[in-house]
Amino acid sequence: MTPEATMTTGADLEKLAALRLAAAEVPDPEIPVLTIADLGILRDVRFAADGLPEVVLTPTYSGCPATEAIRQDVLTQTRSVDARVRVVIELAPAWTTDWITDDGKAKLRDYGIAPPRPTRTGPVPVRLGSRPAVRDAARTDPARCPRCDSADTELISQFGSTPCKSLRRCRGCAEPFDEFKSL
Amino acid sequence: MTSSAPANAEVAAYAIRLGDDALILSHRLSEWSAHAPQIEEDIALSNIALDLLGQARTLLTYGGSYSGRSEDDLAYLREERQFTNLQLTEIENGNFAVTMIRQLLFSCYQHELYRDLESSRDAQLAAIAAKAVKEVAYHVEHASTWIIRLGDGTELSHDRAQAALETVWPYSHEMFADDELARRIADLGVGPLPSGLRPAWLGSVQDVLTEATLTLPDDDWKPTGGRKGLHTEGFGYLLAEMQHLHRSHPGAQW
Repeated sequence: MTPEATMTTGADLEKLAALRLAAAEVPDPEIPVLTIADLGILRDVRFAADGLPEVVLTPTYSGCPATEAIRQDVLTQTRSVDARVRVVIELAPAWTTDWITDDGKAKLRDYGIAPPRPTRTGPVPVRLGSRPAVRDAARTDPARCPRCDSADTELISQFGSTPCKSLRRCRGCAEPFDEFKSL
Repeated sequence: MTSSAPANAEVAAYAIRLGDDALILSHRLSEWSAHAPQIEEDIALSNIALDLLGQARTLLTYGGSYSGRSEDDLAYLREERQFTNLQLTEIENGNFAVTMIRQLLFSCYQHELYRDLESSRDAQLAAIAAKAVKEVAYHVEHASTWIIRLGDGTELSHDRAQAALETVWPYSHEMFADDELARRIADLGVGPLPSGLRPAWLGSVQDVLTEATLTLPDDDWKPTGGRKGLHTEGFGYLLAEMQHLHRSHPGAQW
């Protein structure tokens, strides 16, 4: 590596900021009210060892088909800043719904999707007897209906229209709704 | 992915083995799409298949990188005898109870395995496991809920769940068989010795079966060979369906 490549100049910092700004605005293809920055999957914008800029993303679920679409969208959005930009995917540390910003959670609620509850109260640490469990009933914090804000809701299925959502029903207003699963 | 290739051939083979388990079970579960007993279940099984496919992709990509093979090379261009998945993951779906019993036995195993792999000396396997273990917790929950509902349900659903358990149980033993590669992987500090996972697995499974009023079968027949490329009769048909498009149109993309 040449000495120049290791130095970060003011122009470099400006470029990183411009790349970050462009990448952060990319919407999630399945929940378009959220940007990838809201979701907490835009992990880093940096210069790689070879001096070229790269945007680092982390996937939500291992098999989420949106990851590939997001990678393409980020490339499209950031190429105007630097045509040499790369998008890299990093798995560790594993993404958690706790990284969704407060602003992102509010947008989800307005969109009709109950935001994820904190993972501290489930799902992973819960054990039922000796087995791992994500028992909804074991949770002390209720999922609230995004329409009427009732806390009286029930789980229909842990698996919904995308990997990240479960399906619930509100006993208050009788409407079904999606909840962003805690992960 | 940006990770470097596996440190040696053993780690690569181990990653491919775990990737094969996830890939083949994913394919089996995807066969339920549009055939499940209710629409919520159709969606649930497809979601679980998708989680497993994602895990398979990262594991096969990683394992294959050691020998310059892509995930597609491994999934679509290997012959039956080159797949090293557990026979449990390939057995036919049967009725819904058979599929759910297979889900219970495999998800509980995978949960123990991934929890252990989170502290693997291999950084990429640890990263894959730390991500996947959270997904698998939902799979365990899904299978447990169904088995309790079926077992502790009507006389018919109970009998079918018990019969499914008797059918699938023999295939569970292969998950805990310590072969040469598994011992080497344990020596390297890369993964757990399979037999060591069984006590915790049995505790989890037993808990669910008790609540489901089902009886643990006797340990009798213990079919094995998946890790050596020996598969059940239905496996060739599975591969034919899974690989047909790619083999007919090599390099096809969309």
